[in-house]
Amino acid sequence: MRPLTPRRVLWVCAALMAVLFVMVVISLRMGADPISVRDIVVTLFDGAVGRRDQIPSEFWLVVFGLRLPRIALGILVGAALSTAGAGFQALLRNPLAEPYVLGVSSGAALGAIVSLIAAPHTAGAIQAAAFVGAAATTAAVYFLGRRGGQLDSATLLLAGIVTASFLSAVIMFLMTTLNVGDLRGMAFWLMGDLASTPSVDMRWLYLVLLIAVGSIYTTSSDLNLILTGEQEAQHLGVNVHRVKLVVYVAASVLTGLAVSVSGAIGYVGLLVPHVMRMLFGTDYRLLVPTSAIGGAIIILAADTLARTVIAPTELPVGAMTALAGAPVFIYLMRRRAR
Amino acid sequence: MIRAAGNGGSLVSQSSQPTRSGTGTVVRLKVEQASYAYAATDRSAPKFTLGPASFEAQQRELVAILGPNASGKSTLLRLLAGLERPLSGRIELEGIEVSALDWRTRAQRIALVQQESELPFPLRVWEYVLQGRYPYGRRLRFESEEDCLLAGNALAQVGADPLRDRWMEQLSGGEKQRVILARALAQQPSLLLLDEPTQHLDIGGKVELLRKLRRLADENRQTVLIVTHELNLAAEFSDRIVLLHKGKCLRVGAPAEVYERDLLEEVFGAPLEVEIRPSGRPRVILRGNH
Repeated sequence: MRPLTPRRVLWVCAALMAVLFVMVVISLRMGADPISVRDIVVTLFDGAVGRRDQIPSEFWLVVFGLRLPRIALGILVGAALSTAGAGFQALLRNPLAEPYVLGVSSGAALGAIVSLIAAPHTAGAIQAAAFVGAAATTAAVYFLGRRGGQLDSATLLLAGIVTASFLSAVIMFLMTTLNVGDLRGMAFWLMGDLASTPSVDMRWLYLVLLIAVGSIYTTSSDLNLILTGEQEAQHLGVNVHRVKLVVYVAASVLTGLAVSVSGAIGYVGLLVPHVMRMLFGTDYRLLVPTSAIGGAIIILAADTLARTVIAPTELPVGAMTALAGAPVFIYLMRRRAR
Repeated sequence: MIRAAGNGGSLVSQSSQPTRSGTGTVVRLKVEQASYAYAATDRSAPKFTLGPASFEAQQRELVAILGPNASGKSTLLRLLAGLERPLSGRIELEGIEVSALDWRTRAQRIALVQQESELPFPLRVWEYVLQGRYPYGRRLRFESEEDCLLAGNALAQVGADPLRDRWMEQLSGGEKQRVILARALAQQPSLLLLDEPTQHLDIGGKVELLRKLRRLADENRQTVLIVTHELNLAAEFSDRIVLLHKGKCLRVGAPAEVYERDLLEEVFGAPLEVEIRPSGRPRVILRGNH
């Protein structure tokens, strides 16, 4: 018997943070103007200790002006989507659940577009509307996925896929008929990318990310039990309704947060928690933080590839995640069917 | 010892301490005129699923709740587990009303074993059994050495120690049943409730499980209640029987007192014969020429 200890959680997270740092450096290095690793590390160090005057202006512009904001956005989106995926998988007790497959990302995208049309200049409106869209879609899919009073895996996935198709069609309809393509391209909302700068201060977005991930983490012991069955968890003293409400709201906030700044990037919420489970086990006390950091790593890797694989043309990062995530989804679905 | 059920008026007790039976032993579980009903909608009339039921049980006793399908057995078990509040009457565990216990305290005192839900992700046996220690920790707790020791003891008590590093999904029906029981024992409950624990076991597995429950009741000073359809196994291993039919508690007593041919035939709707064996315990056989 080797129960999970806080020390193990810290060591694993520290190791993943080191991998994330390496990924940040790689991502900073790649691009139209390659910078040496040494220059990147020196620039980052000088920037961190406040010696801006010692940084050459072209390095400052490329590292702090162009690439680092995009990397910060990638970390935010990856952590949000992966943690939301892990949360949805426990909430619905379904390994295939994730914001994109369930249509929650499409709901958030639709919410964001409606807010851009109705209140284009209101600060934070797009994030709030994306959250409302995500929460409403989660609730709809949850109820559509029930059969005979029970949540049925196949029905739930079908409900998610149908909802996602329907909402994507509404998005296309709005973008085409209202001629609001300049609000950001259709591909951005349907496929997702990290090229745009959010209209809200990034520090606020990170604060929301920390609160939502922290909320899910506080329920991680409860989620371990809920995964073995809701009734069983109730018998063991878990307040199942409270835990489900916390995870439902937090996962919807995370999806809304990610989609409002990057569009609907698919499969990250599926891929990352499963990879983390394979590496570190199914315990949510370890899975939640490792999914958050792992999601950041995967999105950075995907975005770096998307920027460089057919440079100078950039692919949407959602195309890269779908290329990797769709086969994983099919693999998991077939394994589950056996 | 269990006293007979009654269907009369309310007998609400105000006691807050464990009561003593006539023989001087502490009454662990006291059910007084407990009934349950639900309504399909707010406006529709309530539908009774369990009429007033009364009985008592002491520590080290194994009690079997018998009855055909839809007789209210599972409803009674949910009331005993504190998952539903009785419409009338009261259910006390060691002098405290069960439905008044908070979630964690209830889980420290009562363990309910049901058929296991499908696990969406793989889980080791020891991880599963350690979950039984959940009611004893703070939120976000990590398990202590004591928790591991108690979980290990629970596995050993049900003879599942060699399974500890196996995956739950790889276990046979009988092995899984033992591991689920071990998780319930890790809760260190004073009242152990089992809903049809013999359902997916062969006859050897059924006998082994009942023997184990009998021994656990003695060793751990627990009160064990099982819901079962197994008339002969219940007669062989239980101290007392609670017989339910169409939501009514028909009779409570020792197996020989409850197993009457006419009564069982009426309840189960089958031609049955009851014979008393030299041990004093009854045996039910299906009558021929049917």
